[in-house]
Amino acid sequence: MELLLQQVLAGLANGAIYALMALAVVMIYQAIDHLNFAQGEMAMFSTFIAWQLIAWGQPYWVAFAIAVTVSFLGGVAIERILFRPLHNAPILAQLIAFIALFSILNSSAGEIWNFTIKTFPTPFGTEPLFGERLINTHEAGMIGVTVVILGLLYLFFRGSRLGLAMRAAAANPDSARLVGIRVGWMIALGWGMSAAIGAVAGMLIAPVVYLEPNMMLGVLLYGFTGAVLGGMSSPGGAVAGGFVVGVIENLAGTFVPYFGRELKLTIALILITAVLLVRPTGLFGRAVVSRV
Amino acid sequence: MASRTAKPPMMLEVGGLCAFYGQNQALHGLDFGLAERGIVTLLGANGAGKTTTLRALCGMVRMTGEVRFDGKLISGRATEEIVRLGIAHVPDGRGTFVRMTVEENLQLGAMTRRDRAQIAKDLEEVYAHFPRLRERRRQAAGTLSGGEQQMLAVGRALMLRPRLMLLDEPSFGLAPLIVEELFEILRRLNQELGVAMLVVEQNAALALDLAERAYLLETGRIVMSGPAAEIGQDEAIRRSYLGY
Repeated sequence: MELLLQQVLAGLANGAIYALMALAVVMIYQAIDHLNFAQGEMAMFSTFIAWQLIAWGQPYWVAFAIAVTVSFLGGVAIERILFRPLHNAPILAQLIAFIALFSILNSSAGEIWNFTIKTFPTPFGTEPLFGERLINTHEAGMIGVTVVILGLLYLFFRGSRLGLAMRAAAANPDSARLVGIRVGWMIALGWGMSAAIGAVAGMLIAPVVYLEPNMMLGVLLYGFTGAVLGGMSSPGGAVAGGFVVGVIENLAGTFVPYFGRELKLTIALILITAVLLVRPTGLFGRAVVSRV
Repeated sequence: MASRTAKPPMMLEVGGLCAFYGQNQALHGLDFGLAERGIVTLLGANGAGKTTTLRALCGMVRMTGEVRFDGKLISGRATEEIVRLGIAHVPDGRGTFVRMTVEENLQLGAMTRRDRAQIAKDLEEVYAHFPRLRERRRQAAGTLSGGEQQMLAVGRALMLRPRLMLLDEPSFGLAPLIVEELFEILRRLNQELGVAMLVVEQNAALALDLAERAYLLETGRIVMSGPAAEIGQDEAIRRSYLGY
């Protein structure tokens, strides 16, 4: 029983990161109708920036704040420079752009910081929380930071005019233009926020998976799974999906002997396939209905 | 051009307006104008290019020609920048943000404004015009009936505090009594606030009654224009569009 509780809590901790990645993916998907394959690489690159700042002697939270800010600006720049000119291009051109972004970030990180595995610090420590063996302080920190970010985002999107404008731009760009919303900038803002959220996820998971250019591959796959499970059209659903995937991943890895540690990633693919077969809109998503 | 300078200054001046959907040309060089505080209606059968004209003015379709607002060239600008000049478009199909609440829809209408106190006042005013919307303010806009969504679209346009409204079939889907009410509201807005209007309407009698000038469109060309009262007397118009 204690093992079960322990695995559920550890699953929630990982799930928090998947939830952030799922949210990052959905934010861009809502704005431009494409999956950002490079979401993980963007997060990885942000994490390297933080690592570099810490290596140069900056305190953790200063490095954290700078990395998040730089990621936000970088996300805006990627949209303005790379995707804005392509927004009317055929889907294949856009896919190639995502792949290009993926390779550029991955190879640049390898070139600048090389491919050897690095440790990444955690500001929360890794002592057992409350003196029990259930969950350690870093895992609790992952959940805590995620919950705070989700709360702030909720307030932003529900309570602020800018949040309302961003939702309108994503939901109905033509009508949004007709009330004077600068839709292009809203999309760029969405990219920036998505990149910043990914940066947080990268920095939180790096102490667990270790820092190297391919560290986000598995994480992003689970994030995608969470997004698909919850519904690509539902940010809240994607977050819930991320948490659920984290728990399922951990439980299956522990209790289903065949999966073990080695085959854990397969679970993500099985889940994606199952959702797409049974309920393609995801648990909380809506089918797109178009009136003709 | 001596003839142009002789006329009173126009708020909206359109010259040689052409519009295209892909390879197809939908408008073939329209020339018309709209005076400050004026109301103009565009009449014509389905497919004549009325909706396209409104969309072209807002930069929503590919177009050529000149559009001036207050003497400033606005053709070629982005839709949102044109709207920000004070041109509110009540679009064909209403453009409702279906998953947002009625009140959020109205607040979106005021997105370009900063004067919060005045926005709150205007919101009350829209609710006063359309009590049904107040009753449903917390409801998702997609759950409204067609008529209510039409009121919402007009209300959203009003929240912009527009100087010019482009109205695409404002009576579409409304019950006759509500149509009368709506046109009364439009008339008042025009008289009290001086909002100029360019109205596209199926209900030609109603539109001619509201407007000062009318233009008749056929296959993307203006084939007749004049004061609304005169156009309403025209034999052919009466038979084709007024049905008597």
